[in-house]
Amino acid sequence: MRVPLPWLYEYCDPGLDVHAIEERLTMTGTKVEAILRQGVEHTEGFVVGRVISAEQHPDADRLKVCEVDVGARDGAHATIVCGAPNVAGGQTVAVATPGAVLPNGIELDRRKLRGIVSEGMILAEDELDLVAGAERAPGIIVLDELMLDAELAPGAPLAEVLPIATDVLELEITPNRPDCLGVYGVARELHAATGAPLSEPPWVADPGAEGALGAAEVIVECPDLCPRFTARVFEDVAIGPSPLWLRARLAAAGQRSISNVVDITNYAMLLTGQPLHAFDLDRVAGAKLVVRRAGAGERVQTLDGQTRTLDDEMVVIDDDDGPTSIAGVMGGARSEVGSDTTRVLMEVATWSGPNIHRTSWALGLRSEASSRFEKQLQPEQCMHAQAVAARLMVELCGATLLPGTIDVGGAPAEREVIRLRQARVGALLGLPIERERQAEILRALDFTARDAADGLDVGVPPLRRSDVTREVDLIEEIARIEGLEQLPATLPARRGAAGRLSHAQRVRRAAEDALVGRGLHEIVGWSFTEPSLLDRLQVPAGHPLREVVAIENPMSDGQSIMRPTLIGSLLDAARHNVARNGPDVAIFESGTVYRAGGEEGLAREHHGLGALLHGHLGARTWGGQEGAEAGFFAAKALLESLLGHLGVRFTVEREEWPFLHPGRSAAVHADAQLLGLLGELHPLVSEQWDLDRAAVFAIDLGKVAAAAPEVRAFVPFGSFPPLRQDLAVTLPDAVPAAQLTATVREAGGPELEDVRIFDLYTGEQVGEGRRSLALTLTFRAIERTLTDEDVAPRRKRIVDALAAIGGELRG
Amino acid sequence: MIDRIEQLRSEAEGEIGAAATSEELEQLRVRFLGRKAELPQLLRGVAQLDPAERGKVGAAANAARQALEALIEERTAQLAAAELSAGLVHDAVDVTLPGAPAQPLGSLHVLTSTRRELEDIFLGLGFTVMEGPEIETVHYNFDALNHSPTHPARARTDTFYVQRSGEGPEVVLRTHTSPMQVRAMEAHPPPLYVVIPGRVYRPDSDATHTPQFHQIEGLAVDEDITLADLKGTLLSFARAVFGETRDVRLRPHFFPFTEPSVEVDVSCFHCSGKGFMADGSRCPLCKGEGWLEVLGAGEVDPNVFAFVPTTAANAPGYDPEKVQGFAWGLGVERIAMLKHGVPDLRMYFENDLRLLGQF
Ligand SMILES: [Zn+2]
Repeated sequence: MRVPLPWLYEYCDPGLDVHAIEERLTMTGTKVEAILRQGVEHTEGFVVGRVISAEQHPDADRLKVCEVDVGARDGAHATIVCGAPNVAGGQTVAVATPGAVLPNGIELDRRKLRGIVSEGMILAEDELDLVAGAERAPGIIVLDELMLDAELAPGAPLAEVLPIATDVLELEITPNRPDCLGVYGVARELHAATGAPLSEPPWVADPGAEGALGAAEVIVECPDLCPRFTARVFEDVAIGPSPLWLRARLAAAGQRSISNVVDITNYAMLLTGQPLHAFDLDRVAGAKLVVRRAGAGERVQTLDGQTRTLDDEMVVIDDDDGPTSIAGVMGGARSEVGSDTTRVLMEVATWSGPNIHRTSWALGLRSEASSRFEKQLQPEQCMHAQAVAARLMVELCGATLLPGTIDVGGAPAEREVIRLRQARVGALLGLPIERERQAEILRALDFTARDAADGLDVGVPPLRRSDVTREVDLIEEIARIEGLEQLPATLPARRGAAGRLSHAQRVRRAAEDALVGRGLHEIVGWSFTEPSLLDRLQVPAGHPLREVVAIENPMSDGQSIMRPTLIGSLLDAARHNVARNGPDVAIFESGTVYRAGGEEGLAREHHGLGALLHGHLGARTWGGQEGAEAGFFAAKALLESLLGHLGVRFTVEREEWPFLHPGRSAAVHADAQLLGLLGELHPLVSEQWDLDRAAVFAIDLGKVAAAAPEVRAFVPFGSFPPLRQDLAVTLPDAVPAAQLTATVREAGGPELEDVRIFDLYTGEQVGEGRRSLALTLTFRAIERTLTDEDVAPRRKRIVDALAAIGGELRG
Repeated sequence: MIDRIEQLRSEAEGEIGAAATSEELEQLRVRFLGRKAELPQLLRGVAQLDPAERGKVGAAANAARQALEALIEERTAQLAAAELSAGLVHDAVDVTLPGAPAQPLGSLHVLTSTRRELEDIFLGLGFTVMEGPEIETVHYNFDALNHSPTHPARARTDTFYVQRSGEGPEVVLRTHTSPMQVRAMEAHPPPLYVVIPGRVYRPDSDATHTPQFHQIEGLAVDEDITLADLKGTLLSFARAVFGETRDVRLRPHFFPFTEPSVEVDVSCFHCSGKGFMADGSRCPLCKGEGWLEVLGAGEVDPNVFAFVPTTAANAPGYDPEKVQGFAWGLGVERIAMLKHGVPDLRMYFENDLRLLGQF
């Protein structure tokens, strides 16, 4: 909300500079987002001038050459060339002299206009930024027509006459404080925050009165949605432009000027927080307004020309010809105040905040009024706004206020009273505050406070009724005004507190660190993805990856589902980097993936770890060495390092995944649990992302953590040297290497410490359908040094076992 | 005989002294001291000489042999040292060439390293790290956090809703990590000290907003945890992250699930909280404020405690008259942005290696 400082000072003027005000308001909960300047930055050079003469410019039809008294000491007059049609000798005007800087940033200079040097400028309203919108008066400002109180001597500073340099506070008002959506509410905050006196509320002097009003009739059929409806009637209203002070004040507050009546409703709203609506009473059919729930499907045309379809939870205001407006949201064109209006019905009502919120969101129709009403205004505010508006209607529109006020619903008579235990304040804040001080703060905020046995009985001001309902809410009021700066910085007792990471969290960190240690860069991808991702990954219908979580209101179709796999994010990041930074890309992501169908309507989420390799692992160096090429075994080597580091025993078996190369695709298991997948991307998938050969793995880190030992037990290794023997064997292609090593391990017994494949050969020498594998066997005993003779029987059992799976010893 | 020995000796000494390589020296050793060389022959022949001659000749030959052996040894050492030096000179490399093969490490994403740094700070303050679902019910995301039914955050412009198939609770992408406050309290009795890092979602996209971002929630509940304790805890945090001379200030604010609610500012580390730089210009980081807004916090609203059912898991439960505590929610992206000067939040999720490799 924008609050022009002079307006605020009318009610509370602490005599502080604008930055001190900013600090006090911000530190007590009304955050000053910005300090704006309406008008000019510096007031130097802007003076009152008197037009001595205004003659036609010899060479320009539309220009006049004016001699202007600007109060120069030597009595000399300034020559000013002016294009305004209304300039005339004898006028008192606003003048910018050379050197003055206009609000648009232009510094005035003497300059020739059609051959005559102009020593300044006679100003119009818009040139001073005095008004907003197109509703400015045409031509220059004629000061003596404004009926200003100020002295209008030539040369007097213009700033003393017109609000040409107004500081405006841009405030952030939190949604619980609709009372601060009015200037007076902010003034009360400033009063509490600074101790400066607060003037009487502007609605105390009310030219109107209670009592019956026969000129119009109001019926409220749904008091649950309309707790209060008030109306007053004005006759002999003269519609016209508002005076400059009102237009300037509205402009500073960010409101356009429309006409005096509409400006008055806006002014009263900005001052009290409460929206008003002015009807042309002669256009209200039957002079009768009925507040009722709309019929389901009922259609209403609103002020903006749109036809809206309503439901039966929305409220309309009817006259005898049907709906005139959607209550609290937008008025109708039919009964709008116009230039020929003479009788005005001023409506000020209280609506149900939640209901207005619902209507405005359902219709997609937000207005200044609805944004205020939805925060729940209080019935008392109706008469605040009526009083302010009535005074101005009489003053500025020459209107006659008919006696009486239509008031349906009224306002509650009693204040809510809350017990505030004195000790609770200190106990919650960690800063004890004297009871007297508590009462003082509360009273400054319009609460009442009476001594009670263990504290205070506090009466809640009507405008705070929604926000302050409990003891803790009162404590907050005291805390913010007393000043949170006063709080000491202490630490909690931390009984029983012991900061630690869980096993799963430690496994996650270790896994990420291991991959970083191998040269991979971590990416953070989007949780969102597009439904076509699954097509591009060749995932067939009915596949579990298609059980996705879909978003009802995505920002775009490209972000309309939650990713069921990390592969998409990895591919996107790989494409981005291959295109920009070259082919060598080694990346991983550690993040959540989502599938539909979890418990309690939630998703099945797991924390995944995925890696993608493209190009080479490590760039070529001057020594000629090049990193491993990104392929199945490079990815598998990474996975082996990772899972080995975590102590997870795992197996890799062939299994096809739709987006992987069918011959280079595998499942990773720990015991019977599927940990994830490993393989080279299907060439058609790589192509979709403009990539060459790429290898990936993706595993479920939750399952990895479950398979990883929390504590590893010591395994004794003795002090005797190992015995190493090599063994070359040919096998049918169909026997996987894992079966070979498993067979050797089983036959090798407990002293076989390690089996390592160090060579693989296929070719003529081993024959069609067979391949040769060379193994290094490492034997070691705890308690002695082994000899060839010691292991000979074991070796024979290994050879026999290999023969059983089709193995033949070579060489 | 003696003369011959002396002659041999001086001849050998001359040649050994002149030998330029160890091979030459070896040849000289064979020539003068080898089995077939003259001097050893002479020594072997000493037995056949007159007894009167025998002693003198033997002593002279022996002395000559020992002298030559010593000389060769000395000369060998000299030559070896010279050859080693020459070899070392020859082996010299251009030490300014890069290491090979290169073994560059990768990197953690700056959001991960920042999150871990923050986790570690709070671990040190006694908080346990917990995590929870990103796809969350409206109950935990809004209702149990005391959001009124009309709270604007519930609007479809402010929250992503998940498509429902059939009946079931209304489900959203969590808009904050706060739903875990209630879940944590449902699972554990007081006292409770937890931080909850995680990804959250709001439909917003510009240089300072992305539809996904990361928060770290904090929650401490015990019998007597005060707003001053919140201030102290966040002061420790601010100093650990931004430097030992930082200060914090609490500004009153409004959140539905804390009361009192505050926004927390840290004194600007770029201008030491002055708001302007040494040259008098306005500080570009805090825009002259001297303070940087880093998080929202407050004392847990009693209504939130009232939403926590008492069960076997958390007995004796969370009676608002008996427990109190504080909570905060801070943005990881914002901390990383402030600390490292990343200008545009969207860059975090672009994953360009030129960014990733910097941290
Ligand atoms: Zn700064």
